[in-house]
Amino acid sequence: MRLRRALLGVLSVVLLGAAGFVFFSRQPALPAMQPASAVSFDRALIAKGAELALIGNCNVCHSKQGGAPYAGGRPLKTPFGTIYATNITPDADTGIGAWSETAFLRAMREGVRRDGAHLYPAFPYDHFTKASVGDLRAIYAFLMTREPVRAETPNNELPFPWSQRALIAGWKLLYFKAGELKPDPTLSAELNRGAYLVEGLAHCGACHTPRNHWGAEANDRYLGGGDIDGWHAPALNGASPAPVPWTSEQLFRYLTSGFEPPHGVAAGPMQPVANNLGMVAEQDVKAIAAYIGAMLGPATANRRPAPAAPEARATSRPAGGDVKAANNDGAIIYAGACALCHEPTGQRFSAHGIALTSSKVVAMADARNLSHVILEGIDPPKASPAALMPGFGAAFTDNQVAALMAYLRSTFSDQPAWSGLEETVREARQSAREP
Amino acid sequence: MLTLNINGRPHSVEAEAATPLLYALRDELGLNGAKFGCGLGQCGACTVLLDDRPILSCITPIAVTQGRQITTLEGLGGIDNPGPVQRAFIAEQAAQCGFCIAGMIMRAEGLLRRNAQPSEQEIRTHMRANLCRCGTHMRILAAVRRAAQAVRSARVDAPPTQDARR
Amino acid sequence: MSRHPAMLSRRSLLGAGSALVVSFTLARPPFPTATAQSAPPRLPGSLRTTPMLDAWIRIDANGISVFTGKAELGQGIKTALLQVAAEELSVETKQITFITADTARTPNEGYTSGSQSMQDSATAIRHAAAQARELLIAAAAVRLGLPVEQLTAKDGVVSSPDGRRADYRELATAEFLHLEARPQSKLTDPGNYRWIGKPMPRVDIPAKVTGAIAYVQDLRLPDMVHARIVRPPSYGARLRSVEVAAVERLPGVLKVVRDGHFLAVAAQREFQAVQAMDALARASQWDEDKALPNPNELYDWVRNAASKEYVIASVGNVAETAGRSLEATYHRPYQLHGAIGPSCAVAQAEAGALTVWTHAQGVYPLRAALAEMLGLAQDKIRCIHMEGSGCYGHNGADDVAADAALMAMALPGRPVRVQWMRDQEHAWEPFGAAMVTRARASLDTGGSIATWQYEVWSNAHSTRPGGAGNLMPAWHLGRAFSQPTPEPIPQPTGGGDRNAIPLYQFPNMRIVHRFIPQMPLRVSALRGLGAYMNVFSLESFMDELALAAGVDPVEFRLRHLADARARAVVELAAEKFGWDAARKPSRGLGRGFAFAKYKNLAAYTAVAAELEVERESGQIRLLRFVAADDSGEIVNPDGVRNQIEGGIVQSTSWTLREAVAFDETRIRSRDWSTYPILRFTDLPEHVEVHLIDRPGQPFLGTGESAQGPTAAAIANAVANATGVRIRELPFTPARVKAAIAV
Ligand code: FES
Ligand code: FES
Repeated sequence: MRLRRALLGVLSVVLLGAAGFVFFSRQPALPAMQPASAVSFDRALIAKGAELALIGNCNVCHSKQGGAPYAGGRPLKTPFGTIYATNITPDADTGIGAWSETAFLRAMREGVRRDGAHLYPAFPYDHFTKASVGDLRAIYAFLMTREPVRAETPNNELPFPWSQRALIAGWKLLYFKAGELKPDPTLSAELNRGAYLVEGLAHCGACHTPRNHWGAEANDRYLGGGDIDGWHAPALNGASPAPVPWTSEQLFRYLTSGFEPPHGVAAGPMQPVANNLGMVAEQDVKAIAAYIGAMLGPATANRRPAPAAPEARATSRPAGGDVKAANNDGAIIYAGACALCHEPTGQRFSAHGIALTSSKVVAMADARNLSHVILEGIDPPKASPAALMPGFGAAFTDNQVAALMAYLRSTFSDQPAWSGLEETVREARQSAREP
Repeated sequence: MLTLNINGRPHSVEAEAATPLLYALRDELGLNGAKFGCGLGQCGACTVLLDDRPILSCITPIAVTQGRQITTLEGLGGIDNPGPVQRAFIAEQAAQCGFCIAGMIMRAEGLLRRNAQPSEQEIRTHMRANLCRCGTHMRILAAVRRAAQAVRSARVDAPPTQDARR
Repeated sequence: MSRHPAMLSRRSLLGAGSALVVSFTLARPPFPTATAQSAPPRLPGSLRTTPMLDAWIRIDANGISVFTGKAELGQGIKTALLQVAAEELSVETKQITFITADTARTPNEGYTSGSQSMQDSATAIRHAAAQARELLIAAAAVRLGLPVEQLTAKDGVVSSPDGRRADYRELATAEFLHLEARPQSKLTDPGNYRWIGKPMPRVDIPAKVTGAIAYVQDLRLPDMVHARIVRPPSYGARLRSVEVAAVERLPGVLKVVRDGHFLAVAAQREFQAVQAMDALARASQWDEDKALPNPNELYDWVRNAASKEYVIASVGNVAETAGRSLEATYHRPYQLHGAIGPSCAVAQAEAGALTVWTHAQGVYPLRAALAEMLGLAQDKIRCIHMEGSGCYGHNGADDVAADAALMAMALPGRPVRVQWMRDQEHAWEPFGAAMVTRARASLDTGGSIATWQYEVWSNAHSTRPGGAGNLMPAWHLGRAFSQPTPEPIPQPTGGGDRNAIPLYQFPNMRIVHRFIPQMPLRVSALRGLGAYMNVFSLESFMDELALAAGVDPVEFRLRHLADARARAVVELAAEKFGWDAARKPSRGLGRGFAFAKYKNLAAYTAVAAELEVERESGQIRLLRFVAADDSGEIVNPDGVRNQIEGGIVQSTSWTLREAVAFDETRIRSRDWSTYPILRFTDLPEHVEVHLIDRPGQPFLGTGESAQGPTAAAIANAVANATGVRIRELPFTPARVKAAIAV
């Protein structure tokens, strides 16, 4: 069985490569140009590009921890190996300083490097291709007016055959459809704007849509929930696991502040996204929120169990517990750790944690996010007020975290118990340790 | 009745299993090292070591510490025989009000037990969990560097028994 | 010798409630008395209010005790005072038992605040000690039959050249120092200093780093119980109803106290009290009003609220004639003291008397306020200072003492410890006031300032307990006390207008303080008071003017600065920093300079800053601070350095991060997530402090002098790095990014 799968795999790689090779394994190189000077761009165009670059989260992938913004070097872990985000500052040697606008547009719309090689789809040109030329030009103007930073991008760590860029040509043939997104005349201007941003530059689906074996988004499950960096990106369609239905207004506040009390915090890979959206013009985020809100659809009684009243939970705090089993008792751990913030005297008196009955990470089918949050906590990246939660990785053993998670799940959600929790916790701890 | 292993010795406490360790240490066992700063895991004033790793005792129920080793400030040395990290803080006069300092020392101790050659960046990142309001930070950093130095030379110079703890 | 009757009452006040009451003595005064008719010369420092030597120094068979009415607040005052006492008594510091603020034992020196302790208490102790030493030498001369000139005092012994010795302890008879200080003392020559000016390790640090009892939080008395308060959800909230029965049944609960809107619970164990407090809060119902200004229009409120105008300086004619003129408006939000350890106190009521262990900055004023609140005579209350977490001004220390006093009265006989929770500390402490300033100036043709106008709008900067109305818990009692309408602190120190008058020489200048009595948010003294904002504003404005005049900012300051010590500090900071007037601005990298003489009366401090601004995020990366300081005669150089370094880092946190959040009903900054402060990863790479020592000159307070210059140095460096001037605090990444656009 396994062998057959492997053979099939090899066969398809060969076919893919051959197809790619035969058709267009390489595009023509475009000539290098002298770095553009800032004066050659209109200030308003640069400002527009700045906003769009934030919506596109360019800085998130193209900056490494402690590195200069847009200077690249961040490792992106994919099932195929590690790809390093490139330097997109206008440095002539190590960045995109020698890229003409034509070269930049081609990369964004077709996924082709200036020298003609194909770009891995970890760079989400399958989304960026939907952006208008005008918007892409603005982003180009913005990027070309950044401080040039000399920073070599490390070589990708991809095993053979994934190291062969010719394969990408085949991949494109199967899964890539170039072209700008056209507005749907049946939708409002706001929804059209939202769709344009969500499907295009904001590339929400890159994380929130599941991917197939070839790393392409499964279009039949658009925004149906995906994976990123060991976290689950929850479904943003009717399959949303949120125990309290989201409204577009809540989404807007969540996306701009990173925290919306009934739902919780933008944690893990979502944190920098909310950080960016907090800096862009409100109407664009409102459009994104409206579109996602429409994707989520209206709440239905059976899909969204009403959460139990938080006040009722408060009395369920255990008084003592069996001493022998105490070190592994989720209820006791909850009472002595979580309850101090999540079940305080109520929001009237404190600025503490959300009621866990409305927590999405407790309610979702995938247990990884909750295990990450418990182990690592939430450390706000911004210097402005933002939710902060301590991590319990050092204090709790894997068993204890698993016991706590099981308790939270059974007490604060109506969802079926998770299985294999200890394994989930162990893996989350492992992935958190990696850079 | 739970038994906690604190600074190498067992202690029985009457507190309920869900009681945060900080209250057991201060209120029941009379240990002053760990301080109440926020009770929310945001400031690090209550930092102690659990199996050599820094934890926030204000949000750690005593239940989870059973069978594990707890080290508090008192476990590093007393006023007449301060330990290397405490000596480094005295030498750098790294305190103003000093309220945060116990937690700072414990967090630094946790780092040095794992890595006696931390870079400046590693020290700053590691200490990030702890807040100081007096602005003693620069001296605290100097004290951690000095302590790291002391720990390294102790490893080279000291007879092995004397510093077996590390 | 003539004795004023007033002195008698001071004496008896001092001894009230203590075992140390010393009877009035008619011992022969050893000093030649001044003629009774001549006006008494002013005594130095706090001797003015407490002139008896034995109020400060007592010597008996057990050794030497030195007393101060000031409190250790983490500023190292105890060590510095000890150095001064040891110097002038000519003893080792370890020979001295040092006793700080205690209404039963020490002089009344009011508050430990305003960087006054060196000026007040160190000066008093120094003179008292020097006079005591001379008295001891004189007594030894009598005993040994030698002239005083032949005798020397050292390490607690007076000795003669032939080796005869007399121990201080034998020389000092019971009433030995029970006499009034003289205005002049024979002070030790700076050339012979053993202690003053030498770095001395702080005496309090070893206990603090090893977990010995160091704070009032660590005080455990036999039979002590723990109480927690359920504070209203907002300032004026009224307790509608509360179900106490279930709470009273919780484990360990001893008593639920409800008095008007004051709601609290005491329990055997501390965590039991915390849990009971939570339960009690859940069981309570409150009515609230929208009584706070709209936070989005805070500065309009500050500008438009009813205010009293005080013209605090007016020189020449500010009507502008020629030359360029500039105007700028600056804003500062409410900011927190934010002690790391929440306020705490222990109190015990027994036999109609009350003892309170407190980290309040003034034990005597607290005693008076508690007496009024409880309807007790002052002599029935004893307040003993114990250290708390650093306070940086008037925080919850007095209030929690009132909480503890109320709970102690409810549980007679049992010591009650009250500690605030983090959210209570954040929401209920009095904040540093929101302020607006407006500066306008014109330049003459030579590029110097011709006219200068400055206005500052501010709330009060001190609402310390003079009476019960300034104890917050007293607002909620059934027999409620309301907060009195505050008065501005007059110049020359000033409150909101502290340092509003520049030290620079301007030919024409007018400075106006607009004092806003109404206080929708609770405010009081925060380190530096108005000086932080005023120095931020006027030193920012000096840079704006320097830029307009095309003059290097340091040169521009020196051009307007006549005070030689001020110039020396500016020049030293510039030199040590490597200030280069010819430097070309470089994108992203900025340098800034600022200077002030705190209160125009205390330490001179100049700060130079270097930083980077990341355009894309608006993040400020601090590279280095170089400060120069003149605090007069330096007692403990390392202590001064520690204060300046700390001031720089704390002010950096205020300047880059801090603003109290609120809505029209409640305070929203209730923990460190809703009110973030500087963390280790945000620190400057390097901070250095250079001191100018002035032996023989008066001590100048240092504790608050770095706050304003640091803020302005950062602002000026950010402007230098980005070409954009930001005039609203704090400089959050979002604000910086918005200002620099793309
Ligand atoms: S007291 Fe534990 S983190 Fe603040
Ligand atoms: S020394 Fe006071 S809080 Fe750190």
